[in-house]
This record gives sequence, structure tokens and C-alpha cells, in this order.
Amino acid sequence: MNERFWRAALPAAVFFVAVGLWDAIVRLNGIPPYVLPSPRVVIATLVVDGRLLFDSLLVTLFTTCEGFILAAVGGIVLAIIFHQWRPVGYAFYPYAVALQVTPIVAIAPLLLVYLPQQLAVLVCAWIVAFFPVLANTTLGLNSVDHNLIALFELYKASRRQLLWNLKLPAALPQILAGLRIAGGLSLIGAVVAEIAAGSAGAGSGLAYRIAESGYRLNIPRMFAALLLLSAAGIVIFFLLSAFSYFMLRRWHESAFARER
Amino acid sequence: MTGSSPAILTLRGVGKTFDNGTVALRDVDLSIGEGEFVSLLGPSGCGKSTVLRIIAGLARASEGRVEWADRKHETGDIGFVFQEPTLMPWATVERNVRLPLDLAGVRDERASEAVARTLTSVGLSEFARAYPRELSGGMKMRVSIARALVTDPRLLLMDEPFAALDEITRFKLNNDLLTLWRMLRRTVIFVTHSVFESVYLSQRIVLLTPRPGRVFADLAIDAPYPRDEGFRTSADYAGYCRRVSEALQKAMSEATDA
Repeated sequence: MNERFWRAALPAAVFFVAVGLWDAIVRLNGIPPYVLPSPRVVIATLVVDGRLLFDSLLVTLFTTCEGFILAAVGGIVLAIIFHQWRPVGYAFYPYAVALQVTPIVAIAPLLLVYLPQQLAVLVCAWIVAFFPVLANTTLGLNSVDHNLIALFELYKASRRQLLWNLKLPAALPQILAGLRIAGGLSLIGAVVAEIAAGSAGAGSGLAYRIAESGYRLNIPRMFAALLLLSAAGIVIFFLLSAFSYFMLRRWHESAFARER
Repeated sequence: MTGSSPAILTLRGVGKTFDNGTVALRDVDLSIGEGEFVSLLGPSGCGKSTVLRIIAGLARASEGRVEWADRKHETGDIGFVFQEPTLMPWATVERNVRLPLDLAGVRDERASEAVARTLTSVGLSEFARAYPRELSGGMKMRVSIARALVTDPRLLLMDEPFAALDEITRFKLNNDLLTLWRMLRRTVIFVTHSVFESVYLSQRIVLLTPRPGRVFADLAIDAPYPRDEGFRTSADYAGYCRRVSEALQKAMSEATDA
């Protein structure tokens, strides 16, 4: 069997074994669904509550997308500004780091105090997601081949040409890596804020559904919602990976298999 | 050959001290004639690349100055070939060669024409649409040379361009470079640490001492062109190589004595 087969088959096998074990444990021990629902019950809930959960998923995904786009644009634009005007970078980069290292769970309640809920959720998603874009773009802009920079200098390239024709294309692989991380993180940011909004929240996002189901001890629905969130995260990751591959497929080493 | 043609540029008392205090060059006086093929030869760390960078305007001389024969020399008058091919991996061969023209805002048809002509002259017209990663080391270097030539520069600066290539490829590129030089009649300053390569290519070899670099000897290689593989095996060639090697030894020992 070739490597490709195993790379698909092994995780699938792990999945089926784990689900099988889960099902067996619940059934053999007669565990009631409000303690631990069996996989079948979770699937059934997913079908019965489908409408509700799916609507909630859309709400959360919408916030995630908004947060991601703002993080992508914000991260790249900030990185360019910090790079082009060094003093601005020196002045503000530490605060970008500070914002990043402060746990978002701790910031979210404050944001909910000061901002309308929908906006607070969005800001949370942005705060978590923008930093990897900023950091990766900065790294990319700073790692351009010095001789290529010298070449641009030789031909009297303007700062704008240097940025557009050299630095941004050269930084593209790092920018895309940053975006891939940011995709997952904006989902996390949105979820964290929805959970923090929790009981006070008027929201209808998926994380809100999880919190709500928790209060009502509707454990199967919690599992179903969690499953959807996880699936959403996986889809986001794959979409961004595919986008990255598409952008780099012609030239970057990461897009080619190593020849042996 | 020194002085046989009017100088295109002259270095007067050029010195370079780096920020960390290293004295890379001291008192370099050097005159390059129009149309000459000159090699700067010396051990690594003797500042020959620094000389090239100062001429190109990529580094500033700490002392002395570079005088150009005619006051205004324009962007594109100097072509530079680095030790590495230094290509943009995201751009095709064509786009890479076209870069200097793009940066100068040259109009489309004129640029395409120049790119096509230059690619043909280095034998790469079939690879215009290829990406650098699809090319061999020698081919990448040809692209790099094409890019330096696309603006039709008066002066071509080459910084150990073939040092990283295998010998067979290097010999081939040596020959092709000589053919191009004879065809275009441009001035070439070629930095190398290979005695054999410098003798094979140049009309004149300027020998630099190591740390701080200064001109130790200025040797003429009077063998006629065209030079080809026959020259490589000739007694003439061997004689020049011996003389240059001896001079190099002397330059090295003098530097350690100092």
C-alpha cells in the first residue's frame, strides 16, 4: 500500500474504533443520555434539532468570516505599515503582542460590557486572529533575499515597487501560513465571545446554543453543536489550505512533493 | 591593455571600513577601459565584491571616489550578476528578465522585444514560460545574465557568477560569456577567486591583496580572442596561469607579513 492510502486509512480507522468504543461503553454500562449520550443519540439530535443548530451555525460562521476578513486585512495592512514606517512599528508592535498574550477569555467579558454584543463577538474574533497574520507577514517582509533588494536598488525602484513587486510576493508563503492559522483562531474567538456572553446573551450562535443547552442539561444537543463547530473548523482549515496551495502551486517548494 | 582605450570609470583612493571596524579596502586605484574585460582576482575576503558593489552604487566608499567618464550615467547603464542567480521564484523566466524594464516603466511591446532578444542571446528562448525551480543551476545563471543585459548596459558587473556551478557547466558558460562580450562589446568587470577562470576570460587581471584589499598587481593577458577550448589546453594558457598564480602567492605572503 502506498503512503497516501495509509494517511487516509489510519485516521479513519482511529475514528471508527473510537466511536465504536464510545458506543459500547455507553450501552454496556447503561449510561443515561443526560450524562453521556451515545453516538447514535448525538446523530439523532443533530437531525431533530438540525434546523435550529444549522441556523446557529450560520450565525457563528458569519461572525467568524467577518472576524477573519478583518483580521486578514488588518494584520496585513498593519504589518505593511509597521514595516514601511519603522518608528510606527517600534511604537505599536509591543501592544499588538500584549493584546495577543492576554488570554481572550479574560478580555471578552470586558468587551461585552462596553460594546454591543454582536460587535463584541466580532472584536474578539479579530483580536485572536489578527496577530498570526501580523507576525507572519512581518516575518515574510523581513526575510526577502538581500541581493534581490540590492537589485531593485540598482534599478532605482521606488518604495512602492519594492513593496509590490518584491516584498509582498516574497512574503506570500508566510502570509498564507498566517491566514491558515487565523482561520481557526477566528472561529475560536467568535466562540469564546459567545460563551462569555452566555446567559446574558441575546445571541443565537452555536456556542450560545452550547451554553444554553448546558444550563438545560440537554447534553446530546451540546454534543451535536460541538460536532458542528468542530466540522466547521476543519472545513475552514481545508479551505484555507487549498487556497494556499492554489496560490503557491506554481513556484513554492511547499507545493511540491520531494522527489526521491 | 591598460590605457589602450578611454576609461569608462576610475577609482581613486577608494577605501571601505565597515561599521564593525573591519577595513575591507584601502587606497584602491583602478581604471577600467571602455569595452575591456577585466577580472578582479583575490582570495575570499579581499574585498573584491565590495569593489563591485561600490562601483554599482550598492555600497558607499568610506574614502576616495568613483569617477565616471561621462557625468550622467543612467539607471540601466549597469548590469549586475550576483554569485547566486537571485531570481524571483514566483515569476517566470520572462518576467524575471523583464524586471529592470518593468521597474523603469518601459512600454510593453518594447520591453517584450528586448526580453525576447536577450533570452535568445543566452539561448533560453524556449524557457521563457518556465519557472526558476524548473531550471538547472547553469540555466538559472543564464537567466540572471539575461536580466543584467536586458537594459543594454554599458558596464556589466559580475560577482563570482559561476563559482557555485560544476566545472563542465562553468566552462560552457565561460565560452558563452566570451561570445556575448565579443558580440556586444560591453565593458565587463568579473570578480573571481579562480586563477584559471580569470586567465581564460580576461584581457586584464587586477590582483587584490587580502584584508585590507588593495591593488597588488595589474596583469595583461595578451592572448588573442576568440579563445576557445583549444586555448584552455595551450602552453600559452598554462604560462599565464603560472605567472598569475605566482603573483597571487606573493600577494598573499605580503599580506601576512604586513
